Amino acid sequence: MNDTLLKVSDLSVEFRNGSTVNKAVSGVSWDIRRGETLAILGESGSGKSVSASAIMGLIDSPPGRITSGRAEFDGMDLLHLDDAERRRINGPRIAMIFQDPLAHLNPVYPIGWQVAESMRLHGVSPEEARRHTLELLERVGIRNAKARLKDYPHQFSGGQRQRIMIAMAIALKPDLLIADEPTTALDVTVQAQILDLLTELRRETGMAVLLITHDLGVVAQTADRVVVMKDGQVVERGDVREVFGAPAHPYTRQLLDAVPGKSRFRQPEAAGERLLEGRGVAKFYPISAGWFGRPVETLKALDGVDFDLHKGETLGIVGESGSGKSTLARTVLGLTRPTSGEIRWRGRNVAQMSAAELFEMRRNLQVVFQDPTASLNPRMSVAEIIAEPWAIHKGFLPRAQWKDRTVELLENVGLRAEHAERHPHQFSGGQRQRIAIARALALQPEVILCDEAVSALDVSVQAQVIDLLRKLQTQYALSYIFIAHDLPLVRDFADRILVMKQGKVVEEGTAQEIFERPREPYTMELIAASPDAVPRSESRWRSAQ
Amino acid sequence: MSDMTLESQHSQPIAQRRIGLVFMLRQDPFAFAAVVVLVLFALLAVLGPTLLGDIATSMNLRARNAPPFELERGFWYLLGADALGRPILARVILATRTTLLIAGAAVLLSMVVGSVLGLIAGYRGGFLGDAILRLTDIVMSFPSLLLALVVLYVFDPAITNVIIVLAITRVPIYLRTVRAEVMEIRSRMFVTSARVTGAGPVRLIGKHILPMVFPTIVTIMTLDFAFVMLAEASLSFLGLGVQAPNVTWGVMVAEGRNYLSSAWWLSFWPGLAIALVTMSLNLVSNWVRMVIDPVQRWRLEGKGEK
Amino acid sequence: MARHFAKRALWSAISLFALVVAVFFMSRMTGSPADLYLPLDAPTEMRVQFEHLHGFDRPVYEQFFSFLGDLLRFDFGMSLRQGLPAIDLVLQALPTTLLLAFYSITIALVVAVVTGALAAWRPNSIFDRIATVLSLIGASLPNFWVAIIGVIVFAVTLRWVPTSGTGSVAQWVLPIAVLALRPAGLIVQVARSSMISVLSSAYVKTARAKGAPSRRILFVHALRNGMLPVITVAGDQAAGIINGAVIVETIFGFPGVGKLMIDSINYRDFAVIQAGVMVTAIAIFLMNVLIDLAYLGLDPRTREEMV
Repeated sequence: MNDTLLKVSDLSVEFRNGSTVNKAVSGVSWDIRRGETLAILGESGSGKSVSASAIMGLIDSPPGRITSGRAEFDGMDLLHLDDAERRRINGPRIAMIFQDPLAHLNPVYPIGWQVAESMRLHGVSPEEARRHTLELLERVGIRNAKARLKDYPHQFSGGQRQRIMIAMAIALKPDLLIADEPTTALDVTVQAQILDLLTELRRETGMAVLLITHDLGVVAQTADRVVVMKDGQVVERGDVREVFGAPAHPYTRQLLDAVPGKSRFRQPEAAGERLLEGRGVAKFYPISAGWFGRPVETLKALDGVDFDLHKGETLGIVGESGSGKSTLARTVLGLTRPTSGEIRWRGRNVAQMSAAELFEMRRNLQVVFQDPTASLNPRMSVAEIIAEPWAIHKGFLPRAQWKDRTVELLENVGLRAEHAERHPHQFSGGQRQRIAIARALALQPEVILCDEAVSALDVSVQAQVIDLLRKLQTQYALSYIFIAHDLPLVRDFADRILVMKQGKVVEEGTAQEIFERPREPYTMELIAASPDAVPRSESRWRSAQ
Repeated sequence: MSDMTLESQHSQPIAQRRIGLVFMLRQDPFAFAAVVVLVLFALLAVLGPTLLGDIATSMNLRARNAPPFELERGFWYLLGADALGRPILARVILATRTTLLIAGAAVLLSMVVGSVLGLIAGYRGGFLGDAILRLTDIVMSFPSLLLALVVLYVFDPAITNVIIVLAITRVPIYLRTVRAEVMEIRSRMFVTSARVTGAGPVRLIGKHILPMVFPTIVTIMTLDFAFVMLAEASLSFLGLGVQAPNVTWGVMVAEGRNYLSSAWWLSFWPGLAIALVTMSLNLVSNWVRMVIDPVQRWRLEGKGEK
Repeated sequence: MARHFAKRALWSAISLFALVVAVFFMSRMTGSPADLYLPLDAPTEMRVQFEHLHGFDRPVYEQFFSFLGDLLRFDFGMSLRQGLPAIDLVLQALPTTLLLAFYSITIALVVAVVTGALAAWRPNSIFDRIATVLSLIGASLPNFWVAIIGVIVFAVTLRWVPTSGTGSVAQWVLPIAVLALRPAGLIVQVARSSMISVLSSAYVKTARAKGAPSRRILFVHALRNGMLPVITVAGDQAAGIINGAVIVETIFGFPGVGKLMIDSINYRDFAVIQAGVMVTAIAIFLMNVLIDLAYLGLDPRTREEMV
């Protein structure tokens, strides 16, 4: 099978924003063959999704405009279709699934209705559509599908919602399925299941899959061929094994080098002073209150967690959504009180501290959050943001020295002195996270808690920020609590790791122990589900050709 | 008013920002016209009564219900005269100060009370927050006009009473909006960051929360100014607003009601004045919202740079 | 869900009680109605008799408790002015006001939602600009002024409709138009901005990827979501439309609750004021229940929150 299904050539799209024109893609060409999986790989801003949107006619005009190119599909040019032709393509011939299935399903209609609609729009009778909907939902693995037809999107989990999106997409047996970051917001184990499902369906129906992703692991494990994009242009293309094995373009090489999970395990040194410890930390939330406010059910967000953090080490905490890792972070930071158990700072129970002691602890325990855009006040300049800790902890640094120290900190995190007068929105995501780190360093704390601090960043930026954190650790003898869902990241950066699931610590050990000799089945499952960025021919997701 | 909201929005030097603002205003003819109208009426309110002297109050029985657009009686009779032969143009100008004063005072009062209560309800939450919210439910569960009528009938309709009653009916708007915004902003990450560093409530509210809520408050104030003017006019129209010798546009419309079929201009001109000011306020508030909202802002800026 | 409504009813009952208490004490502060209902030179024994007959000579707290007792039986006492049970007068006037409010809000909703949705489909188009300006004018004009202009133009000059009364259909046209104007203007603005954000939402993109035609996207996929904020505003307008009704009924001589209230206030008719306050508040509560139900019907996500 080598016949071309869709051939995109010389596609250019630009977006107008006021008077500025942003060329999203320029001169992009690629083609996809029947039955194969083609991956478009790129970081944010690379324009990787734009060609798919153009094919589907989803580019809003204005502000978007297709300035050149063709997309040949079955003798037609998909970039120049009238409304009637467009409706014959979208759905029956080419279908699409998206990153955030909750946002992409209509919240006010039952899922059965939404799946059936994709057929009824194209002439399938209501009875036929209803019957087929049930089959489809069963096929994509919605348990008890018949009873759930009338349920609404918010009543399903993230993975189930993506299954429903897939059912909707394959309803009319399209020739091509476009999957735009289909597993990005999902937990690794769920991601593995969805990739399994897509692979099976592709084999069953012979459809081609266009996979748009930023995740090199997913590409390595699922795609036959890959197109690497950067700044709106294709920089490299070819067979996945060849591209990943011997990248020709420097950018591809840089991307592959940035993939975490390859460096040597960190070997914990002799334990230093114990700074923080948790003993039996538990946090329960009432889920539904009864008539007189009596809790009927409780959610055990944390259920007896023990941990220790020593001076100079990095404690990694991994877990999927709902594992309680974020609640643990909030509890350690004193943003919420544990229901039972205690957290001790240098042996003192935090709950019994005086206001002055607590204030002193706060000086020593700083935080870097996941979303740098949200964690910096948009109305303050960088100088004000970094100086705020000094304004709060009066006497830490005389006001006369604020300016010099700010510059010092900025240079320390890889920014420049002139950045001090700018506002957060004038920076990229990675730069903003550097600002947040500079703020965390301002009080020379002993511990920095990183709550998914690099999860929202592109791989290459991720690597840079991790390098920065490493450098600062040696420079200032910092201890980190590094919370993440991404295992390879934690593998590289942590000395010791806690694996959490449903509010409990299921396994604890050094990075090497956890990754090389996991004892618990859940840990093994997590490690197995995490896609490796090295393509292997026996990959369970790739088609054997 | 809009200047203040913009200051915190931007990072450019102040002078440059001002020019940009005026420039953007010129790009939107409706908003520009609205601002001109508002400035004009504000000037009339400040200077009008002194300039007029007794023109607006001296009766002229020969000019009773004189029709508009007849110039032989002089400029002041351009818009006609009322049932006592007083020139309507002069009376509209005379009424400007009282009308705007009542609305402005009521807006300020309800804004301060509502925002403070909303801040407490949103920041503290808990039982106190709930109780405050329920109190507004009571005010909101009943038509404000009827409520004001009942209250004003009990306490005589002096100007201060009118202002207080109008303010009470508008407090819930500020309270609810500010409460909702404070609750949302309070949970944002940059506030959490400051809390974790050890910032106290004064700093959190003053430095992080209030500056974010402020633009919303300003937007509501412009809209509410229009609303309060209409409410005051309705009260006056029903005979329970300010009493003679004080005069507002609403009072003038009410006075003209008895002459609808013979002398329409008695009610028409003061009503037009109300309509002009409320419409201008709505236009300006729309424009301010657009300027504050960065998503919509590029439309204004883009148009300018072409 | 039942719990939600029970809670809501409880809170409404509390606010209602507070309102009734406030109105009771305030109306007792205005001085004796005897001043108004008896001739100025009435002899003292006549005044005493009048006050005794109506219970005005008893201590205020006593009057209050007997008032509360009667309240539970829905007995507000007799109207001083008309000598009929106050509640009967209010209930007699209620249908007129309800009809007026119902027609106005329905017309305002339908016109405004369609206009707002179409304006949102192509933002900044000519239609959108015109709709925006007109809605702004509609929301800004004082309704008593519009009513007066309407009377001058359509009743006095053109003689298309009568100036007042409720006898014929023609007499309803102006009042309804005047009353609908402000809500319509406000709702167009809300519907427009809500639809603009809904139309750029992810699920509308899905509908386009499914191959749904434009009209179906606008009216099936987007409209129901876009209606949610509109319903909230329409709910806030429920009390506002009664405000408008007071004005409109006064100008057009409509025998509704609004006019009854104004007249009762002018004549210090305590019983009718109390009954009117109570009935209006209950009507507004029921209107809010209806809006809650509409919300439940439109948005399945709220169903669980309200349980």
